[in-house]
Amino acid sequence: MKHAVTLALFTTLSLSVWAGPEEDRTAFVQFFEKRFPSIALEEHVNGAYALDEDKRKQWEALESGFPPYEDAVFDGEALWDESFANGASYSDCFGDSPAVKQHYPLWDAERGGVVTLELAINNCRESNGEKLLDYTDYAMVALSAYVAFESRGEPIAIEVPDQAALAAYEEGKAFYYQRRGQLNFACSSCHLEMAGNKLRSERLSAALGHVTHWPTYRSKWDEVGPLHKRFMECNDQVKAKAFELQSEEYRNLEYFLSYMSNGLPLNGPTTRK
Amino acid sequence: MPTLKFMFAVLTLLGSSIAAAADFTLEERIAKGYELAADRNAGNCFSCHMAEGAEQPGNSGPPLIMMQLRYPDRDQLKAQIADPRMRNPNTNMPPYGAHHILTDQELEWMVDFVHSL
Ligand code: HEC
Ligand code: HEC
Repeated sequence: MKHAVTLALFTTLSLSVWAGPEEDRTAFVQFFEKRFPSIALEEHVNGAYALDEDKRKQWEALESGFPPYEDAVFDGEALWDESFANGASYSDCFGDSPAVKQHYPLWDAERGGVVTLELAINNCRESNGEKLLDYTDYAMVALSAYVAFESRGEPIAIEVPDQAALAAYEEGKAFYYQRRGQLNFACSSCHLEMAGNKLRSERLSAALGHVTHWPTYRSKWDEVGPLHKRFMECNDQVKAKAFELQSEEYRNLEYFLSYMSNGLPLNGPTTRK
Repeated sequence: MPTLKFMFAVLTLLGSSIAAAADFTLEERIAKGYELAADRNAGNCFSCHMAEGAEQPGNSGPPLIMMQLRYPDRDQLKAQIADPRMRNPNTNMPPYGAHHILTDQELEWMVDFVHSL
């Protein structure tokens, strides 16, 4: 009898645990389906351009021809194919195909942390005795641009495998909904509640699809840059404290946000204003 | 003795700030409010509100029109700008007074401006 109760308790507990992220994702997706009934879910990978005809035309012109991220992809390929001093190379860490972006960020149970693609690249270098790349380094951006390009079309496939992973996911989720800064905005204020609205002439994109296209060339940056740089800018905008590239806060945030976009096809690198 | 001196200093200070506030005509105060509403680093109200004179206004908040009719009470209008969470805890409008985005003097000018719409 006692056993049965414990077992029942255990099952409900674990059920609710595993159902959490998936329930969140369903609600997230339904929110945008309801808000933008005429826009196919997959369209949100194009950010604000899914919601604004005029801006989309300008953007398509920029994307055709010689898009400004092309060099980064080529340079990244060359770096990917180079051998380390010990004779190994990235394919020894990542497998034969560089089309792996859909699995990142992933939960690393051994290290007890969320591993983004950038962190995995550095972990690979470290285990082969190479020096770590700075996260603002062009080589890092180029390598991730190449992996993103090779992974185009792959549906995002993020997993939350255990309790510890779930804790990291929950941290990222809490960050997303936490109001912060002098202006008192949460990420969700702008990219859920006000998504589709205009802030001045800026169309606010939906949170769904936010992670599908990084690194991205931004005219404002005049270079290809990573997702966490965009996080920093959005934190700055509301006069909130920005965290460092690849900080635990941003890795957990990316983990949550990527899970929300599970199933959407990757389309990076791309261009944004 | 020092207390008296101090009180005198405070009194002169008070006196001069009252004089300074009175120096502006209503028109000037409205103009100051408008500047602050347009300034991206101050009110930036037009990022969300359509209003007369707003360039490239956004649309997250209601248009600011006929404001005297909707807010006959000046204090209520000021409270809405100083802390819109009082009326709507989930509002996306920033708490301009509570978070010290605008000073009390600036809030007064803002009210003059909004009331003129
Ligand atoms: C005050 C409004 C505001 C807040 C708060 C805000 N953002 Fe943004 N964000 C913007 C604007 C404006 C843009 C540029 C237009 C667009 O793509 O939505 C943007 C763009 C982005 C993009 C790029 C979208 C793309 O298609 O490339 C990402 C990713 C993003 N924000 C994530 C976040 C995250 C995460 C947070 C919270 C840490 C956040 N934002 C908070 C206004 C905001
Ligand atoms: C990020 C968006 C945003 C910004 C910036 C903003 N507001 Fe608002 N405002 C709103 C929203 C949304 C409402 C609707 C009520 C609510 O949700 O609190 C509102 C409501 C109001 C109202 C009440 C209108 C009514 O009909 O009752 C006034 C007055 C107002 N805002 C003035 C201002 C002023 C003045 C500024 C700048 C100093 C400003 N707002 C900046 C979003 C904004």
